[in-house]
Amino acid sequence: MSQATETSAAMVDAAQVAAQSRGYWKTVWLRLRGDKVTIACFVVLALIVLSAVLADWLAPADPYKTSMLKRLKPIGTEGFPLGTDELGRDMLSRLLHGGRLSLFMGIVPVVYALVIGGALGLVAGFLGGRVNMLIMRTIDVLYAFPSVLLAVAISGSLGAGVTNAIVSLTVVFVPPIARVTESVTTQVRSLDFVDAARASGAGTFTIIRVHVLSNVLGPVFIYATSLISVSIILAAGLSFLGLGTEPPHPEWGLMLNTLRQSIYVSPWVAALPGVMIFFTSLSFNLMSDGLRSAMDVRL
Amino acid sequence: MSAVVNGARAGGTPLLSVQDLRKYFPVTGGVLNRQLATVQAVDDVSFEVERGETLGIVGESGCGKSTTARLLLALITPDAGRIRYGGKEVGEGAGRIPLRELRRHAQMVFQDSYSSLNPRLTIEDTIAFGPIVHGTPRREARARARDILGKVGLDPNLFIRRYPHELSGGQRQRVNIARALAIQPDLLVLDEAVSALDKSVEAQVLNLLSDLKREFALTYLFISHDLNVVQYVSDRVLVMYLGKVVEVGPVDVMYREPQHPYTRALLSAMPSMDPDRRTEDAPLAGDPPSPINPPSGCRFHTRCPFAQAVCRDREPPLVADVAASGRSVACHLVTPGSGHPDAPAGPSA
Repeated sequence: MSQATETSAAMVDAAQVAAQSRGYWKTVWLRLRGDKVTIACFVVLALIVLSAVLADWLAPADPYKTSMLKRLKPIGTEGFPLGTDELGRDMLSRLLHGGRLSLFMGIVPVVYALVIGGALGLVAGFLGGRVNMLIMRTIDVLYAFPSVLLAVAISGSLGAGVTNAIVSLTVVFVPPIARVTESVTTQVRSLDFVDAARASGAGTFTIIRVHVLSNVLGPVFIYATSLISVSIILAAGLSFLGLGTEPPHPEWGLMLNTLRQSIYVSPWVAALPGVMIFFTSLSFNLMSDGLRSAMDVRL
Repeated sequence: MSAVVNGARAGGTPLLSVQDLRKYFPVTGGVLNRQLATVQAVDDVSFEVERGETLGIVGESGCGKSTTARLLLALITPDAGRIRYGGKEVGEGAGRIPLRELRRHAQMVFQDSYSSLNPRLTIEDTIAFGPIVHGTPRREARARARDILGKVGLDPNLFIRRYPHELSGGQRQRVNIARALAIQPDLLVLDEAVSALDKSVEAQVLNLLSDLKREFALTYLFISHDLNVVQYVSDRVLVMYLGKVVEVGPVDVMYREPQHPYTRALLSAMPSMDPDRRTEDAPLAGDPPSPINPPSGCRFHTRCPFAQAVCRDREPPLVADVAASGRSVACHLVTPGSGHPDAPAGPSA
């Protein structure tokens, strides 16, 4: 009898722990689950990424195969569900394949910038003082240029090509990420648990790794996701200007550029790459907004 | 300023000894961040803490209590002064105790129970962090975390996996105490550790602290602005005013017959439970002067009812009480031969 009561008491305890001991990420997930827009954006992005990854299998035709006879077919043509471009290439296949480069150009510079800018901001914010001054004022110099201008200027001086476009976009995104990281780190650094950790005898590196990173990474990561859409648009812009991807590789920005001349002949087909850019960047933006509000848990 | 002056009992090395500790914070601003002024947060503070005792530090907001606490654990670097722990000076070199070693022996509990816990770590990770830093194997550190959590009155099974936001203020402060105790220190610096708690919870935590002190043979440096609490927990009391020690001595002597006018004013500001003994007049008027460019001479002279010319001109040293009650006072009024008209006659005068 008493054993049974004990067991049930233990079970109540366990249930209580399970119910009350919700971690931070669990709370975020619960809040996120109720946010339909964010979930929808996430699904759209997942589909776009998936279609880009599986383009080889999904694409009905060879994205490089030209045909002078089948130029600028409208949407819904037999065999070309989304029509053909100015060189008679299948638009659907090119859009699917183009997603690869566009997403790549959207994500990779932001990831590089996250590593570089995040490290700079973390060091500046945690050490403060002169180090902060030195790093942040240097960053401010880059900040002074409009991002499009800076990207175009760097790409222009380095020459066209995917690698150079990524380098220039990374340079564009380092300052904002560094600044956000620096401000969050400065806030976290002044909290007592950092002092408590130092009083425990922990070194600077351990404190940053265990106590600062865990609190800084979330907000910075969210900010970075909102930059992905900017990066996709900027990359498209660079390609449009002939500074990014080189033809004949399919990339949404470049496709928009080359189809520009056909806009009076076949406006709907010419708009397709733009529609893709629009949906992708919008989804990234809305998702990052949703993540931000879900992660803004007042603990 | 010698140790004897400070009212320490003779014999044995004090656990902690602080000499002429000083911290001035620069106030910068204007063009190019020029230094405009200095805040004299802690100015030539000296005191000693005996092994096993509780030294209470009291004073108004901004008098340098917390700065002193942070200086002791080298969370901020002092501008001048020496800190000795167990007779050895803190620092690198032969015959000295390195900072890392000091932080094995001395720990701190902060006032804000919320910001002193990392919101992203479980209670277990928070408590086990210190031991892991000091080289305890992870498994052992976790076991110790559970053990110590039980010691501070929280059921490990219920709390070990929780996050700080799931705890109440009193529970969080217990976790903070557990975190400080996890690396088995001798000295615990409690910086307003109970000030933010409700009265009933405060009483519980105070009782817990006195139990823990007995169990682990701890020494406390108890910083508070609450005179009742300080009276309850302390063996000796140190009163600070604008970065200076004005009076230090055994708690019963201090509370029975305070000597320094500031201590007297502080104690008379304690609300009495007896309506017939209610304080009628405000014992002190106004706010303490700014620690930026503090008053000359005795820093209290601007608010002191007994102030004379000498108080403005000369700073009173902290000298042992003539009654030899283990107390020291920094006041011209009670120091023989100080030049204050109302001072007791000096031995030579």
